[in-house]
This record gives sequence, structure tokens and C-alpha cells, in this order.
Amino acid sequence: MTSTIRARAPRPIFGRKQSTNPVIRAVVRHALIVCALAILLYPLVWMVAASFRPSNQIFTTLGLFSSHPTLSNYTEGWGAGRLNFSRYFFNSFLIAILSIAGNLISCSVTAYAFARLNFPGKKFLFALLLGTMFLPFQVTLVPQYIMFNYLGWINTYLPLIVPHWLGVNAFFIFLMVQFIRSLPRELDDSARLDGCGHFRIFTRIIMPLALPAVGVVALFSFVWSWNDFLGPLLYLGRSDLWTVPLGLKAFLDSTGQNSYGGLFAMSTLSLAPIVGFFILAQRLLLEGIATTGLK
Amino acid sequence: MTSGTTPQQTLTKTSAGREATPRQLRWRSRKAREAAAAYAFLTPWLLGMVLLTLGPMLYSLYLSFTRYDLLSDPKWVGFANFVQMFTTDSRYLKSVGVTLVYVLVSVPLLLVVSLLLALLLNKGMRFLTAYRVLFYVPSLIGASVAIAALWRMIFGADGIINQALAVFGIHHSSWVGSPHDALTTLIILAVWAFGSMMVIFLAGVRQVPRELYEAASIDGAGVFRKFFSVTLPMLTPLIFFNTLMATIGAFQAFTGAYVVSGGTGGPVDSTLFYTLYLYLQGFAELNMGYAAAMAWVLVIVLAAVSGFFFWTARFWVHYGDE
Repeated sequence: MTSTIRARAPRPIFGRKQSTNPVIRAVVRHALIVCALAILLYPLVWMVAASFRPSNQIFTTLGLFSSHPTLSNYTEGWGAGRLNFSRYFFNSFLIAILSIAGNLISCSVTAYAFARLNFPGKKFLFALLLGTMFLPFQVTLVPQYIMFNYLGWINTYLPLIVPHWLGVNAFFIFLMVQFIRSLPRELDDSARLDGCGHFRIFTRIIMPLALPAVGVVALFSFVWSWNDFLGPLLYLGRSDLWTVPLGLKAFLDSTGQNSYGGLFAMSTLSLAPIVGFFILAQRLLLEGIATTGLK
Repeated sequence: MTSGTTPQQTLTKTSAGREATPRQLRWRSRKAREAAAAYAFLTPWLLGMVLLTLGPMLYSLYLSFTRYDLLSDPKWVGFANFVQMFTTDSRYLKSVGVTLVYVLVSVPLLLVVSLLLALLLNKGMRFLTAYRVLFYVPSLIGASVAIAALWRMIFGADGIINQALAVFGIHHSSWVGSPHDALTTLIILAVWAFGSMMVIFLAGVRQVPRELYEAASIDGAGVFRKFFSVTLPMLTPLIFFNTLMATIGAFQAFTGAYVVSGGTGGPVDSTLFYTLYLYLQGFAELNMGYAAAMAWVLVIVLAAVSGFFFWTARFWVHYGDE
């Protein structure tokens, strides 16, 4: 395409506007972006600011600053009514860590097999993997609930953790397959000549090189597990098992206008780990997102 | 592990039939060992595939033809669930309508907003990394209960949205409390989290070869001409991917609608998303057969929508080297 265009004789430059001063253009561009960001992030910033305001001031102002900043929303919200956010945060972290570990192990071994090994039925199984990426989760929701209920797993964390140990997240596997495929094969071959088996090649050669992909999977596992609402809503009825989203929902259900301060304080705390981890690992993550299209 | 032994068994059978040279044997046994190793590596995933995906899918297909309340045995009712959905269940049809409006409005808006900002952020500008991070933050937290709760507050009667409108002399009642506006707040929530799509577009825009723009300039193309004749065609594979994923995602939205409506889909079923209604049928009313039938209708609709997308792709998606 380019070559055909280039082959033509260059025409005199018509219709091309004399470009305005590049400095002005850059300033306009930055100004537009900052405006867009301000609109986008204002609700978030407002919530954080409101969480530090006395309860009677929360809804009275559009602005951010208060004459009497206070931490009382945090201390009151942490144990408001029958809620116990120490417990919910502990539970959420526990489930998240066990889910991350499961995803990392199950997805990486599966990805190694698809990316590096030849075996009968590979094409079919890989097509199956791709198919499940597009499968709406609702279709397994009811039967899985019935199965977990039959196994006596209601009011345990098993329904929220075990699936991650069995590689149900096809997106993570696909991401790792793509990454491992991009690693040079010569490394495996020379290791094999040195007498390494597949397990050793996987643990000693592939995994250390696949750390960027491992990081992306770990962080998205964390975000999805931490934000998960429907799973805990279905499986965790007992309040001592609740996760942070269920605690927030209970807060929202049980309280009136006057305790929004506590709700905003707990919401802010619930978002802090995700945003914090993301900012720490953003370079790694955004490369991963750009190449795989994860949300 | 059990599945790992099968290739080896078949190997001994075939090699028993005729004489093979030691070299062939060694080669075959290496292939067999590799297959055994592969199936050993695949064991967790295969277990999950059978026990958590394929098995449950078949079971829910069976359930969709039954009445089942978890307490007594499933009762076969033939197509009654499906007939009920499309004839007598007005709430079902309402939830289909709500979901379709949500998908058809939020997905195009997402595409336009994220593409515009990706173009604005292109050009290797300063602070690009910081901008990218900040635009992405809403995508990380957009599906959380905390943000849905915040939405319920800021779109309430005296939330900051109405306060901001009042500055311009516009007085509006509660958004989340009105059957006309509640769905709008959820569409805004979806579009608010456009960052993930923007990051994908941004990566695509930066991969458009510079020579194409130079060639277009030489041919006298202006900014708009370059956008429609170079940028947009080069981005069509990403537009295709983003549209498909956003559509599938939008059909499955749940948390926002649940929290904003307090778990009811109200006011007057105006936020009764498909998945929310499925949840209410299956787990509040314990109509598990009906919920399974709803899930299968969704599978079929999504398969049809995806199939249609892939079919149209050949007319508008431009793959590089042509």
C-alpha cells in the first residue's frame, strides 16, 4: 500500500493547513486532557474528601475542603452497628491471596502445555479454551451453586477459591500462552540437551522469564477477587464470613442519611488496596492490558 | 494424572504390532513422554473444564427444561420455561429491553470516548504515563460496590450532580429514584470506566506506520482525511475486538444495577438488567429451572451476536498487509 502511494510523483502540497505554533497546540492538548481527567476523577476525589468531613457537612457542599476535617467517619465506620470491617478486610485478603495463588499455578502450568508441548487433541482443547473466554458466566451460575450446595460448601470460601485452582479463567491462560510463545525456544532446547525434564524447564526457565505475565495475572486476580460481589453474595450468608463488598452493601442497606460519612470512609479504604497496587505496578500492567485486552 | 497414561498405553499397542528400529522407538517414546507430560500439566485445567464448565453447562441445559427449587427433585416441563419468558413474563421482556438499551447506548459511547481520548493522548507527549494511569483508574474500580454506592449518592436528590446542575439554574429530582433516569446513571457508570478500552486503542494508534501518514501528507490529505483514510482503517481490528468484548461484558453487567437499585432492579424495573433478573429468579425466588433457561437464552443470543460480528468483520475489518 505504501509503495504504491510512493510510486506516484509527489504532488505540490495543497490543502495542507499551515500548522499553528506547536507550543500552543501542546498547551491546548494538555488543557483538554486535564479537563477530561478532572471531570472523570472528581466524584472519586469528592468521596475521599467527604470521608474526612463531619457527617452534617457531607452533602452540603460541592467543594472538597472542610473547615473541620475529622477522622471520626473512619473510626465510626470501622465498627458501625453490627458491622466489623477488620473481619471483612481480613476475609477479603485471605480469599484474594488464595485465589491469586491458584490462578498463578493452574494458569501457568496450563499455558506451558499449550505453548510448548505437542500432544494429541491439542487443537481441539485450545479451541475449547478460546470458546470459554466468550462463555457468559451465567450459564454455570445455577448448576455450580447446586453442586456446591450438594457438597456442603455454602458458607465456606471453597466456591470462591477452588475454581481458581482449576484454571477456570481462560483469559489468564490465554495471556500466558501468548507470552510464553514469544520466548525463544532455543532456551528450552539447550536445557533439554542438558537433561532437563519438562517440569524443570517449566520451573527453571519458562517461569522466571514469564514474570511480567505472572505479574499481570496476579494483579488482575487480585482486582477481580477483591471486587467480586456476586460470588460472596451467593455463597457467604454468615456475617462473620463476609468480604468487604458485602460489608459495604450491608452498610448501605442498614443506614440512613446521617451515616454516609462512615460509608464513604469504608468505600475509600476498600478502593485503596486496588489503586495502590495498580500505581505501584502500572507500567507492567498497562503493557499487559495493551497487548491482551484485559479489563 | 490418569489421562496422562493413555498415550503411553496406545504406544505399546501400536509398537507391539510390527518391528520398529530402536531409533524409531526412542523418537516415539519421546513423543509419548511429551504427551504424558502435557496431560499432566493440563490436569487442573481439564478437571475444571469438565467439573466446573462443561458438566454444569449440560446440567443447566437439562434444568432449563424443568421446574426446580433446590428442595424437591427437578420436574420436567418441556419448553414451558421458554414459552413463559416470551409470552406471559412481562418482567422478563422488560429486563431484555433494559439490557438492550444499556448495551446499544453504552458500547458506542465507550468506543467514541475511548477513541477520541486515545487520539488526544497520542503523539508521545509529556506526562503520558501519568495520564494513562489516571484514565485507567476508573476501569479498575468501576465494577466495585464502593463505586456503585458512590453513584447512588451522587445521583441522588441532593447529590453533587444535582448541586452542579443547580449552579446552572437546572433543578432536577433524584436520578436514581426516577424510572426515566436511573438507567442513564448506569450507562454513565459504564462509560466512566472507558480507560481500559482507551489503553488498547492507544497501543494501536502508536503502531500505525509513520510512512502512511507521510504518504498521505504528500498526497495532500488534511487532518480529517488522514483520520478517516489512515488511522480509522488501521484501527478496525481493535475496534472489532473492543466492540465484541464490550458487548459481551455489557450483557453481563450486574453489580452496578444491584447496588444502585438496592437489589430490586427498580424503580419500576428500570434497571432490571438481565443478570439481575436471572439472579432474582434463581436465588431469591428459587426458580432454578427458569434461571437456567434464561442463562441458555443468553448463551444463544451472545453466540448469535458474536457470530454476526465475525461475519460482518470481513466487510469492514482491515488486516494490515493487504
